[in-house]
Amino acid sequence: MSLSPGDRALIEICQAGLPLVPEPYAVIASQLGTDAAHVQARLEALMGQGIIRRIGVAPNHYKLGMVANGMTVWDIDDDQAEELGALVGAMDDVTHCYLRPRHRPLWPYNLFAMLHGADREEVEAKRARLKGLLGDAVRASDVLYSTRILKKTGLRLAKKGVA
Amino acid sequence: MEIDDTDRRIINALQSGFPLSSRPFAEAGARLGLSEAELIARLAALKAAGIITRFGPFLDAAAMGGAFCLCAMEIPEAQLDTMADIVNDFDEVAHNYARDHRLNMWFVLATETPDEIGETASRIEDATGLPVYQFPKLKEFFVGFRVAA
Repeated sequence: MSLSPGDRALIEICQAGLPLVPEPYAVIASQLGTDAAHVQARLEALMGQGIIRRIGVAPNHYKLGMVANGMTVWDIDDDQAEELGALVGAMDDVTHCYLRPRHRPLWPYNLFAMLHGADREEVEAKRARLKGLLGDAVRASDVLYSTRILKKTGLRLAKKGVA
Repeated sequence: MEIDDTDRRIINALQSGFPLSSRPFAEAGARLGLSEAELIARLAALKAAGIITRFGPFLDAAAMGGAFCLCAMEIPEAQLDTMADIVNDFDEVAHNYARDHRLNMWFVLATETPDEIGETASRIEDATGLPVYQFPKLKEFFVGFRVAA
């Protein structure tokens, strides 16, 4: 999907975040030489296309005391994976949920669901709830806790394309 | 900064669905029982304290033509730091976590085109002498971004 130059300029300005002023879209519009109604309409259109997923806050899990993050992984029969993945994704505790390829024998798991909690006990309790939900469909499962952040750079729009 | 119940309500309510209207803070504030000025002031304080890392539109970078792939490697524990330096040196590595598993290094590759994912993974294999296992997403199940504060 390619972006028009106008949309690209709008997205570049928005990457710093929305200005915390009463009329944020008017401020952005003035930087682009257009009006607030146009900015609002383009943002709405970009959301409709799925290029913008949401407009809102990104909470810092660590600062909220959610210091444990567990990547739970599950070996689910391929025939049931889509249906159960949708169920898992709908659970309140799950922040990301994907189907990914296996790498047998090292890696038998195809469903990935990320859980956060104040400590590992809380993550384990959430994991147990997931396990209950998935029931007999689970052939094997594991949880991988992050022990260290080795690198973290946001996904930003580069000069051309996406860095 | 200690956050109070109002801050928690703001964080919970504003993870998505910020209004696209001429006075969006007034509109979102009304739903929370807050004035426009108070909502703006609280968001500014939460941002300054790093409790929210960003406030604004979140992009689906893949929808814009980029490619992404979760990758994992099995690194001998004693070499983890050395290998992390080598892997992190690639600009395509967007973030990288150590995890407690045989596959103990998990990172995301972000490139402009899908072909570059495989090429970058190969270059990382050459640089480290170790296999890179690719875990591209086959399907994403959308979640509501409801991290309860």
